[in-house]
Amino acid sequence: MQKFTQLNGLVAPLDRANVDTDLIIPKQFLKSIKRTGFGPNLFDELRYLDEGFPGQDCSQRPVNKDFVLNQPRYQGSEVLLARKNFGCGSSREHAPWALVDYGFRAVIAPSFADIFFNNAPKNGLLLIQLDEATVERLFQEVEANEGYRLLVDLPAQTVTTPSGEVLSFEMDSFRKHCLIEGLDDIGLTLKDADAIKAYEAKRAEQTPWIFS
Amino acid sequence: MAQTLYDKLWDAHLVKQRDDGTALIYIDRQLLHEVTSPQAFEGLRLASRKPWRLNANLATPDHNVPTTLKERSAGVSGIEDETSRIQVQTLDDNCDEFGITEFKINDIRQGIVHVIGPEQGATLPGMTLVCGDSHTATHGAFAALAHGVGTSEVEHVLATQCLIQRKMKNLLIQVDGELQPGVTAKDIILAVIGEIGTAGGTGYAMEFAGSAIASLSMEGRMTICNMAIEAGARVGLVGCDQTTIDYVKGRPFAPKGEQWEQAVAYWKTLHSDADAAFDKVVTLDAASIEPQVSWGTSPEMVAPIKGKVPDPAQAADESQRKSWERALEYMGLKANQAITDIQLDRVFIGSCTNSRIEDLRAAAEVAKGRKVAASLKEALVVPGSGLVKKQAEEEGLDKIFIEAGFQWREPGCSMCLAMNADKLGQGEHCASTSNRNFEGRQGYGGRTHLVSPAMAAAAAIAGHFVDVRNF
Repeated sequence: MQKFTQLNGLVAPLDRANVDTDLIIPKQFLKSIKRTGFGPNLFDELRYLDEGFPGQDCSQRPVNKDFVLNQPRYQGSEVLLARKNFGCGSSREHAPWALVDYGFRAVIAPSFADIFFNNAPKNGLLLIQLDEATVERLFQEVEANEGYRLLVDLPAQTVTTPSGEVLSFEMDSFRKHCLIEGLDDIGLTLKDADAIKAYEAKRAEQTPWIFS
Repeated sequence: MAQTLYDKLWDAHLVKQRDDGTALIYIDRQLLHEVTSPQAFEGLRLASRKPWRLNANLATPDHNVPTTLKERSAGVSGIEDETSRIQVQTLDDNCDEFGITEFKINDIRQGIVHVIGPEQGATLPGMTLVCGDSHTATHGAFAALAHGVGTSEVEHVLATQCLIQRKMKNLLIQVDGELQPGVTAKDIILAVIGEIGTAGGTGYAMEFAGSAIASLSMEGRMTICNMAIEAGARVGLVGCDQTTIDYVKGRPFAPKGEQWEQAVAYWKTLHSDADAAFDKVVTLDAASIEPQVSWGTSPEMVAPIKGKVPDPAQAADESQRKSWERALEYMGLKANQAITDIQLDRVFIGSCTNSRIEDLRAAAEVAKGRKVAASLKEALVVPGSGLVKKQAEEEGLDKIFIEAGFQWREPGCSMCLAMNADKLGQGEHCASTSNRNFEGRQGYGGRTHLVSPAMAAAAAIAGHFVDVRNF
């Protein structure tokens, strides 16, 4: 997993509440058996004017010029600024895979859906929760200033605006540790293999039908 | 101390509480399907890991499988879409390689993961159960702690039989009273989502209780828990009672003999204590719930059948106004239009929400002796499993549907998410018994309206939405 420490990233604003994972990556692209290659189809139904299919050359497709990620000023964005309940719906991890494959390293929103919130950091994608009023202000600043970047500092748990304003965010210490070190949490859990075996032995006596 | 059902299930599966606030939680059962597992198996191979406990896993292909007999008859090799065929074949190969039990495409036990788990008794009260699918909340109907996970967590459970979790908060949805005839579990859950919104349950385990829930069958309880995720809650729960125990008894994976007695004694403790504290409580009066129809592009955008499409001018705030305007534009509807005026192109009866025998019976009762409206392009009935299909055929439901002009299909997820050939065309309106009305969910540019099976069948006959209570 890619490590995350600091990032000074161009910000793209997606002004829409309740963005679901079907919208982030539509189902036809879920037929892939790989973890990579989803970037060209991120937000497929918003980005293009036609219906997308797996394996097609997206550079030949008609583009929706009004969609934020197609505007020249947002090319190369690494921070997605979003509205509340981002990532709701389907549990597909293809959603964070697509965001990362496209080039996003962090998403800032007032709230995230639970399953997406679990999936994203396992792929090096940092989710930053800021209150609704702050997010609204960032939307205004991004739209008013071309080339707007945010400095994200995960160890310090801060986001710094171009004017030098420092915004703090909360972060689970376990997720933070895994992101900073780029850790595989299966490896961490297997360090507790003895505890898992001891638990199984106890449960096998209490609820033997689970293990038979 | 008094505990909620969720507290009890959590405590029973706690392997280790860590200092950083996370906990290692043991997972009793994992269900696997072809879409969210290939990368997890690949991860195991790359790290030279083996599944921790093979018999904790049960697999079946469901999302991609075709539903026509013609395309199904040759098995995996007959799947016309190459990418779908590869994905189903990959599940077969992975299960064969690792030694995981799989109900393959034409096994009569194949079906939607959330239908076959309970049907086989692979879902049991008191279990923790996960699957790489958000509708895993379904299994909470059995007083099991069940939720959807991403592919990294599928791999984590395969490799360690555990998940790293943080405890959620407790939310109680209390539904008391008696439902009106023609009003079903689907209408209860749509009304709940309409009430608390798609993020109303975020961060909570959502328990459903009250006399209206207690009087539901297991099929009805599954429908309700299935859509907890549409209200933002990963986990839906219903306490264990005699209805639960009667449903489980005698199923292939259920305990037998002495273990059965031991299990039942334990399962009877799986309910929230009378004085357990919930972080939030929402109450609904069952008698006042009307048949629901979703009009927009989020499951919270629902209206009673006698209602109207809302007017964005009446929205509570700017964010809601914008999302209503966008939804109306996508759905091709006008503010204040009567729900009964929405004309339909297709009807879909199926999905992990509503494809069980009781759902098919409810739809067949409405369809019996009637004809699907000539204005409809297609009306599909897709049973949730091979065994549901067989039982329906034994009851003659297939004949009722076919005589009425419905198509009777092979089991799978089908048009709920349109990964196979069953999909909506651009701009088409569909009365669907599924769970999501997101943009493009049932096909590019498709317009989904979520309803109960009885309401879907009535809409198929009328060609537009009608109140099934007067039908």
